[in-house]
Amino acid sequence: MEPEIELQRHGVFTTTVEQLYNWGRKNSLWPLQFGLACCAIEMIAASMARFDIARFGAEVFRPSPRQADLMIVAGTVTKKMAPQVVRLYNQMPEPKYVIAMGACAISGGPFKEGYNVLKGIDRYLPVDVFIPGCPPRPEALLHGLMLLQKKIAAQPLTGPGRPRYLDQNGPSEFPCPSYGAHDLEPLCNHALWQPPSVREELHS
Amino acid sequence: MHSDSWSFLALFALAAVGFALAPLIIAWVWARAYSPRKPGAIKNATYECGLASEGTGWIQFQSDIYLYGIVFLVFDVETIFLMPVAAAFQGLSFGACAAMSVFMLLLVEGLVWLWLKGALGSRTKYCYGTGN
Repeated sequence: MEPEIELQRHGVFTTTVEQLYNWGRKNSLWPLQFGLACCAIEMIAASMARFDIARFGAEVFRPSPRQADLMIVAGTVTKKMAPQVVRLYNQMPEPKYVIAMGACAISGGPFKEGYNVLKGIDRYLPVDVFIPGCPPRPEALLHGLMLLQKKIAAQPLTGPGRPRYLDQNGPSEFPCPSYGAHDLEPLCNHALWQPPSVREELHS
Repeated sequence: MHSDSWSFLALFALAAVGFALAPLIIAWVWARAYSPRKPGAIKNATYECGLASEGTGWIQFQSDIYLYGIVFLVFDVETIFLMPVAAAFQGLSFGACAAMSVFMLLLVEGLVWLWLKGALGSRTKYCYGTGN
């Protein structure tokens, strides 16, 4: 039996700085207060009394990115809105996380074939949790939040597996796309997302 | 032990200062040890509404805007004083009525003076310079 569990049986609880730090971090995620489409309505419902996101310590929706830890990309990201979303993410202090909520934020959803919709916010931002659905119910958002909390709790503070914000060499900002003549420039952040390669097979 | 009572005071003062400083020092040490600073041009921008910021936060305000603010404040406060007077007007004694009239006359005098100085007219510029 592990000594930690043996100690717990005698009423002595031990912890590490890492566990304590991650415990505090994962239970005080402050989301950025912004929504892009109908997923935001479900996000609002999740913050209200019936679903009560406050049970997970994430009820403090901040109107300023300077005070937010978590960006819930709730809804369709149009190409006109994408630079603003990326800029808001860049203005959030570290550590910060991104939840892509709903089919549109993941892939463009039903508007994927449209000319004006970004086909997934993961082309520009490092998304931590994807929540499928159109729109996902509040329970799904809560589940996504719990998954993010699990991810945070498992993060080491030192060593090669440490998160980006603890790495001195990690990027401090992600490039903001600009409006080009025909499309956003650049089309994606190649460090985060690579376009699927078209495999040409010769039938001989 | 007269001197001991004063040393206790010093001890408590030291403890109070330490109580205030300790969290700040711990936070500073923690930040130095664990979280590298990651500033950036977008993160350090003046404003954070999603659109690109323009200019700096250090802009010049014309002094006229302060003049206008003070005038507004004076008459805002006057309204607060006038409300209870209006509510109890029929039961007021002559002395109270006279005191209130003097108070209002003083303010009206100030208003006339401002009017003559042109502070209420179109001469007042509400110019928020862009600073660059």
